[in-house]
Amino acid sequence: MTNYLVEFAYLIASILFILGLKGLSHPESARRGMVLAEVGMLMAIIGTLLHRDIVSYEWIIAGLLIGSTIGAAMSYWVPMTAMPQRTALSHAFGAFAAALVGISEYYRHGAELGSFTMGAIGFEVMLGAITTTGSLVAFAKLQGLTRGTPVVYKGQNIFNMSLLVFTIGIFIYLLIDPSASPVFYMMTGLAFLFGVLLVMPIGAADMPVVMSLLNSYAGLAAAATGFAISNNVLIIAGTLDGFSGFILSVLMCKAMNRSMTNVLFGAFGSDSSTAQIESGTEGTMREVNVDDVAIQLAYAKQVIFVPGYGMATAQAQHTVRELANVLESKGVTVKYAIHPVAGRMPGHMNVLLAEANVPYSSLYELEQINHEFPSTDVAVVIGANDVVNPDARDNAQSPIAGMPILEVDRARSVIVLKRGKGKGFAGIENPLFYKSVTGMLYGDAKDSLARLTQAVQHA
Amino acid sequence: MSHETLIAALYVFALAAFLGYQVISRVPPLLHTPLMSATNAISGISLVGSLVTAGAQYNTVSTILGFVAVTCATINVVGGFMITDRMLRMFKRKLPTVKDKK
Repeated sequence: MTNYLVEFAYLIASILFILGLKGLSHPESARRGMVLAEVGMLMAIIGTLLHRDIVSYEWIIAGLLIGSTIGAAMSYWVPMTAMPQRTALSHAFGAFAAALVGISEYYRHGAELGSFTMGAIGFEVMLGAITTTGSLVAFAKLQGLTRGTPVVYKGQNIFNMSLLVFTIGIFIYLLIDPSASPVFYMMTGLAFLFGVLLVMPIGAADMPVVMSLLNSYAGLAAAATGFAISNNVLIIAGTLDGFSGFILSVLMCKAMNRSMTNVLFGAFGSDSSTAQIESGTEGTMREVNVDDVAIQLAYAKQVIFVPGYGMATAQAQHTVRELANVLESKGVTVKYAIHPVAGRMPGHMNVLLAEANVPYSSLYELEQINHEFPSTDVAVVIGANDVVNPDARDNAQSPIAGMPILEVDRARSVIVLKRGKGKGFAGIENPLFYKSVTGMLYGDAKDSLARLTQAVQHA
Repeated sequence: MSHETLIAALYVFALAAFLGYQVISRVPPLLHTPLMSATNAISGISLVGSLVTAGAQYNTVSTILGFVAVTCATINVVGGFMITDRMLRMFKRKLPTVKDKK
């Protein structure tokens, strides 16, 4: 009887998860949707606690308490600008849990496992292990613990591929002979190693793709757990997560006009020497000062802000909003143009601007806003670079050729807020900076914006 | 796992994949970060597997692995839902204008 109850609880939980994600199709219904998903999770957990195999609760309670405390503390204290790091870390936790359950299942049953279950456990442990270490490397890069630049060496792709093929090879061997426990532990170890090697060569600029991909793997690891222990709610929830991550990574790749293989094995930005550009990079950059820009802004009809990762690093989202407030009080129309890969994870900029109380009705996607630039008086680029690089459109030789960009260079005037005269993270020259419509305002973005706000008030 | 259970599980997997594709494609880019943290929290459902491993007293190793897994998965479930809500609370359509405040 209890068993039916438990299964029933799982069924309801699965339905609530789907309804919860459906709620995310609109900001108005999103929070309600999440409440449904939370209820579903609670039902699944309570149902599981009635499972007939569970005989002692002390470790469970300890784990739940410690986990809740850490989880709550993390979600409470983490600043919105650090959202990519937090997400990377939570991919690692989720995947590690799946890997551990898989290892425990193997430890318990070992030789008695049938090929199917062995296959499921193998997928679970491999995906879990790769995602765990891969996400930890991504976390280290995003947090600035290691350099964000790609780590490359000669023969890297060949080495990684051989390692992967070898790991898959011993996985197949395990399907035939599940009792070979040393082989299983070797496979697990290699998968942990492969996660590190997979993410190491990927630069910080490609993080949106990597984050989505790891999200997908973490989900699939959970789904594989479901196969291993024959649990449908795990399969459903894991698959939803897996596909969500997959869809996001495809979207991110499209937004950079690159293939998944190219992102994973291309080591972007490492070969910038071969990709020098001729079109319009000669000439000088025109430096402008705060007062001139302030007057331009104050007398504009429409201003579009284009935020990038630089806005996040400078924690400038609130200052942007203050400047926008002052401009709006002077009758200027203010809009925000968000490129899909601006920032370090999908939707990064939207969350930051929402934190600064920018209503989402002022946030525009690439396709919605591009036709508005020609009728825009001033486009203000805040710490964005590649997503506004006109070379992607004009120069077929450019390493980012074909990437859809925000066409700020079609605006009547462009102001670029930039820390220094250096190149972007990908090391690609940006001809936008040399165009006659462009004025460069150097300095910390937050500081520049604060001074602009002051100046606009007096203009 | 018998053949029948495997086939049934594959059905569930395939249908969930199609459903997931349909549902997730409708999420606007605006909410992609909350989407990621929400799916993260939901895939913390692997907690269900960890709970059994931690509480079933199969053997010491399983109990320890299960305990660590419960902790990790709970971090995801609790942290994931909380931060998703924290983010979603911030998305507002229109705010009271500056004039209204005065």
